[in-house]
Amino acid sequence: MAELNINERQAGDVTVLDLSGKITIGEGSVALRAGIRRLLEEGKKRILLNLAGVSYVDSSGIGELVSSYTAIGKEDGGQLKLLNLTQKIRDLLTITKLLTVFDVYDNEAEALNSYK
Amino acid sequence: MTVETSELSLPSRIDTIATAAAAVADFVGRSGISDDAAFGIDMAVREAVTNAVLHGNRQDDEKTVDITLKSSPDAVEISVHDQGPGFNPEAVPDPTAQENILKASGRGIFFMRSFMDEVDWLIRPGGGTTVRMLKRR
Repeated sequence: MAELNINERQAGDVTVLDLSGKITIGEGSVALRAGIRRLLEEGKKRILLNLAGVSYVDSSGIGELVSSYTAIGKEDGGQLKLLNLTQKIRDLLTITKLLTVFDVYDNEAEALNSYK
Repeated sequence: MTVETSELSLPSRIDTIATAAAAVADFVGRSGISDDAAFGIDMAVREAVTNAVLHGNRQDDEKTVDITLKSSPDAVEISVHDQGPGFNPEAVPDPTAQENILKASGRGIFFMRSFMDEVDWLIRPGGGTTVRMLKRR
């Protein structure tokens, strides 16, 4: 089984990526980077990352989330938002002062509405 | 409780990070430390071994990452040694400073310091860096 599994679904003009596994140095971070790059190549710039199934993130994974955020933000109309942070990921984003950078939601409907 | 020690010598490859983390988790599990402390140790060890593999040994197959684990009644202590040229930990920029928040890297040492009670580095003039990390019970 891959370190990070990514399931893609479309909710209106928002692409939701349901992530499960680990976003860590090596395979997990690379998989997330490749997934985001592919979406941008397909013109999908409104992206919601559902992190409910992510059990572990290291500094490389946090870096990958930041890279995704800045890459998508450079696109005209591009927006990356985060959904369903686990407490541990929330703690990591808090100590790194990134929690206020990302737009974070606990409810998918609210998250989707926020793109309108 | 007695003092228990364990040593590991691993190749300078990315997959060593997971191998080391699993070995440390096993050791820490036997030490009876709390789950929260074990989580912090796991985070810190992964970051320390990542630094040793990538920045210290630069994934050189001929260099090893050597890990020493020590469990005592007061604390769990982990040392990670590489054979790289060393660096100045005080010169590493603060990743929470406004100008660094959106940088993609540079948070590893910050995580080590955040999750452990003591972190210090011994840089040997002839080469090699040891990071010693301590988590009190």
